[in-house]
Amino acid sequence: MLKRSDPPLLSIDGLAVEFDTPHGRVRALDHVSFDIGAAEIVGIVGESGSGKSVTAYSILGLLPRKARVQSGSITYLGRSLLGLPESELKTIRGSEISMVFQSPQTALNPIRPVGAQISDVLRAHSPLRGRDADSRAIEALHAVRIQDPERRVHAYPFEMSGGMCQRSVIAMALACTPRLLLADEPTTGLDVTTQKATMDLLVELNRSRGMSTMFITHDLGLAAQYCDRVVIMERGRVVEHGPTAQIFSRPQHVYTRKLLSATPQGHDKLTDLIPASERQVFGPIRQLSEAAPMPDPEKEPVLSVRGLTHDYVLQKPPRILSKFMAPWHSRPEAAPTSFRAVDDLSFEVHQGECLGLVGESGSGKTTTSRLIAKLVKPSAGSIRLHGEEIADTDPRSFARSAKRRLIQIVFQDPASSLDPRRTAFEAIADPLLRLERLKRSEELERRIHGICDLVEFPQALLGRYPHQLSGGQKARVGIGRAISVNPALVVLDEPTSALDVSVQAVVLNQLDKLKRALGLSYLFVSHDLNIVRLMCDRVMVMKGGRIVEQATVADLFSRPQHAYTKALLDAIPRIEFGGEQAPISGFERSRLSAGAVPRS
Amino acid sequence: MQPSSSIVSHAARIVTLNWLSVAAVATVTILLLLAVFGPMLAPFDPYATDLGHVLLPPGRTHWFGTDQLGRDVLSRVIVSARLDLFIAVCAVTASFTIGVGIGGLSGYLGGAFDLWTSRIAEMLQVFPLFVLAMALVAALGNDLRNVILATAIVNLPFYVRLARVEVGVLSSQLFVEAARVAGNGDARIIARVLLPNVMPNLMIQLSVNLGWAILNAASLSFIGLGIRPPTAEWGIMVADGAAQAMAGNWWLVVFPGVALALAVFAFNLLGDALRDILDVRSR
Repeated sequence: MLKRSDPPLLSIDGLAVEFDTPHGRVRALDHVSFDIGAAEIVGIVGESGSGKSVTAYSILGLLPRKARVQSGSITYLGRSLLGLPESELKTIRGSEISMVFQSPQTALNPIRPVGAQISDVLRAHSPLRGRDADSRAIEALHAVRIQDPERRVHAYPFEMSGGMCQRSVIAMALACTPRLLLADEPTTGLDVTTQKATMDLLVELNRSRGMSTMFITHDLGLAAQYCDRVVIMERGRVVEHGPTAQIFSRPQHVYTRKLLSATPQGHDKLTDLIPASERQVFGPIRQLSEAAPMPDPEKEPVLSVRGLTHDYVLQKPPRILSKFMAPWHSRPEAAPTSFRAVDDLSFEVHQGECLGLVGESGSGKTTTSRLIAKLVKPSAGSIRLHGEEIADTDPRSFARSAKRRLIQIVFQDPASSLDPRRTAFEAIADPLLRLERLKRSEELERRIHGICDLVEFPQALLGRYPHQLSGGQKARVGIGRAISVNPALVVLDEPTSALDVSVQAVVLNQLDKLKRALGLSYLFVSHDLNIVRLMCDRVMVMKGGRIVEQATVADLFSRPQHAYTKALLDAIPRIEFGGEQAPISGFERSRLSAGAVPRS
Repeated sequence: MQPSSSIVSHAARIVTLNWLSVAAVATVTILLLLAVFGPMLAPFDPYATDLGHVLLPPGRTHWFGTDQLGRDVLSRVIVSARLDLFIAVCAVTASFTIGVGIGGLSGYLGGAFDLWTSRIAEMLQVFPLFVLAMALVAALGNDLRNVILATAIVNLPFYVRLARVEVGVLSSQLFVEAARVAGNGDARIIARVLLPNVMPNLMIQLSVNLGWAILNAASLSFIGLGIRPPTAEWGIMVADGAAQAMAGNWWLVVFPGVALALAVFAFNLLGDALRDILDVRSR
C-alpha cells in the first residue's frame, strides 16, 4: 500500500504560519513538514491549539486574513500551492483537493436541498449542467450509501440526521473525484455507531478510488484504527510522525506517550491515564481516598428512582390563533401531541457509588440528568432523596428549599455553564451565598480557597472571567461550584466531553478523588464507554428513553446481554498494537469490520 | 471585582482605537454640556427680537446670522439642545424601562403573556412610526408632554422585542440553569443573571434610539405637530428657515439642520462604541 519511492502527492516542508492578534504575533505553525503519498490515509493528531486545522486551511489557501505564511512550501504534484492566485486555487479546491468540515450541520447551507448543493460543486468544476449534474448528485449520494437517493436529493439538511448530513458533506466533497481529501474531525459530534459507519465509508471510498486522505482528529483511537501513517502535532509543531503501528507500539516522543496514556483504552485504573512522572501531584488527597468507605448496598440508597417518566408536549398553535386558523392548518386528530423522552426508569444510587448512564444522542440521558437534578419536573414516577419524595416538588420552589443543596450538577460545557459576566470567585460563591446563607466575609473566602485547593484551581485566578480561563480551569470552576455546598449526589452530565484528552485524564482523576474524599455519589452521564468503564461502579445503557441494560461495569464489558450494548461496545475505536505485532493495513481492518457497518 | 479605574481605562482604550468613536463621544459630550449650560453660553437672548438687524448673514457679531425677527441663530441653536435632549432622554428612558420590563418578562415566562405582549408590540410596529407619532400628538393635544409620550410609545416595541429575544436566548443557556441549581429564585435570576447579560445590547439600542427620538421630536415640530413657535427648537427652526431658504437666506436652515444631523449621527456612533466598551470579553 505504501511505496515510499513514489513522489508524494502533497508535500509540506518547513511551513510556518503566524497570526496577528491584538497582543502581537502568535506563531500557529512552526516548521511543519510531512508528506501525503498517493492513496494514503495520513492522520494528523493533536489537541486543541496544536495547529491541525490551520495546516489544512493553509493547503487550500483558506487562512483568515490576519494569518500570514512566514516560510515553507506546500507542493501538490510538483506545483507550489502557496502564492497561487485565487483564480487558480479555486479550480484546485473541490476538484483536486476537497475538504470535509467539522460539523456537518453548519457546513451545509440550511436553506438549500442537499442535492442542489452537490450540483453547485459539479457546476463549478465540471462541464456538467442541468439534468446531468442532478443525476450525478444522486449518484454521489448513492456512493455514500444514503438510502433512496432519488428522494433524499430533495431533502433539506434539517430533515436529515447528523450522520446523514455528514454523508452528504462527504458526497459533496467527493462529487468531483478529488485526489486528496482533507477531513477535519469529520465525526466529532456524531454518535459512536454513526462515527464508525462514517469512518468505514471514508476508508472504503479512499481505497476504491485511490484517493489520498488527510484525516485530522483529536481521537487517537480513530487514528490508530483508520490511518496508514500518523503525524502527531503539539503547539504548532510536528513532534513525531511515522507508520501507525510504529507510533502506537513504540512511541518516541514524550508528548505522544502522554497522549497515548491519556486516551482511555484498556487501562485498568483511572490513574493510569496520567503519565507516571506527573502522578505524584495527586499525593495528599490520594491517601485520604484509600480510607473512604466503599458503597454499602445494605444501607438506604442516596437516590431511589421508580417509574420515572417524562413527556415533552409538542407545540400546538396557541388556542387564540387556532380559532382563527383555517381548517387546512389544523392537525389531524391522530397526530401525537407529546413525545416520551424518558420511559419508566427505575434505579438506585448508593452512598459513595458512581452510577454510569450511557446512551447516544436522543436516548433521553440528558433529560434524565435534568430530571434528577430537579431542573425539570417529571410527568410521572418517584424520585426519593434519602427516602424523601422530591419528584412532585416544582423545580422553582425546590431551588429555594433546603434540599437543593443535596443535589448538584456539573454541566456538559464548562464554557456555557459559567456566566460570562461573573468571575470564578463569584461563580463558586453563588451556591454558598444562596444555599448556605453565608455572608460576604472572611468565612466565605476561606471556604472558597478550600474549594480551590480541593479541585486544584489556582487561587490567583479567582478574579478572572470565564473567557480568561482555559477549558480545564473552567471545568474545575464548574466542579468546585457543584461540590461547594457538600452535596450528597452530583449529576455529572458529560463533564469532560469538551476537553482535550490530557485535560480529561486529569479532571476524571480529580472527580474520582473528590468522590472518595468527600463521600459523594455520582450519576455519571456519558456517551464514552471507555470513560464509564474507568469511572463507574455500575452502568445503565439507555436507548429510546428506556434502560435496556443495567449491570456492574465488569459484567457489562465482559458479558454484554443486550444487542444494543454489544453494538455500542463494538463501535468503540480501539488501539490494538502489540509490541511485535505486524501492522494491519487500514483497508484490511475496514474489511474485517465491514460486516458490522450499519447501512444508512 | 474589577476596580472602576480599570473600566475607565478600558473604555478609553476601546474608544481611542477608532477615531469615529472619539468623534462620537466628543460630540455627545458637547451636546450634553450645551443642554446643561446652554442658556449661559448663548451670546444673545434667543428670544430677543431686533427688527433693526433682520436676516443678517453669518458675520462677526452674529456667527450664524439672524432670522426674520432679528433673533440670533447661534443662540437659538444652542438653547435648542436642552429641549431636544430633554424630550429624547425622557421618552427613551420611559420606553426603555417599560419595554425591557415587558419584553424581559415575556422572554422569560413565555406562554400567554408572551403571546399577547408580542402581538401588541407588532400592532404598534405595523404603523409607520412617524405616522403613529403624528396621530398620537394630534389626538392627545399639541404639547411637550404628549410629544414625549408619542416618542416613547413609538420606541416601545423595539425594546419589547429586543429584550424578549435576548432574554429568551439567554434563558436556555446552561449558566441560567446553574444559577437555579445554586438556589436562586426567579427574581434573582432575572435581576442578577439575565439583566446584566442583556444590558450591553440594550444599551446600544438605547443610544441609537436617543438619536431617533431627537429626530422624531424635531420632525413633529417641523410639521407643526410638536413644540410650537416661538420656542427655540431645531425642528421649528428648520421649518421656519425652509421658507426663507428660497430667498437665499440659507443660514436659517443649514445651522439647525446640521446640529440636528450631528446629534443623530453622534448617538448612533456612540452605540457602536458602547458595544465594544460593555463587552466584558474584550477586557
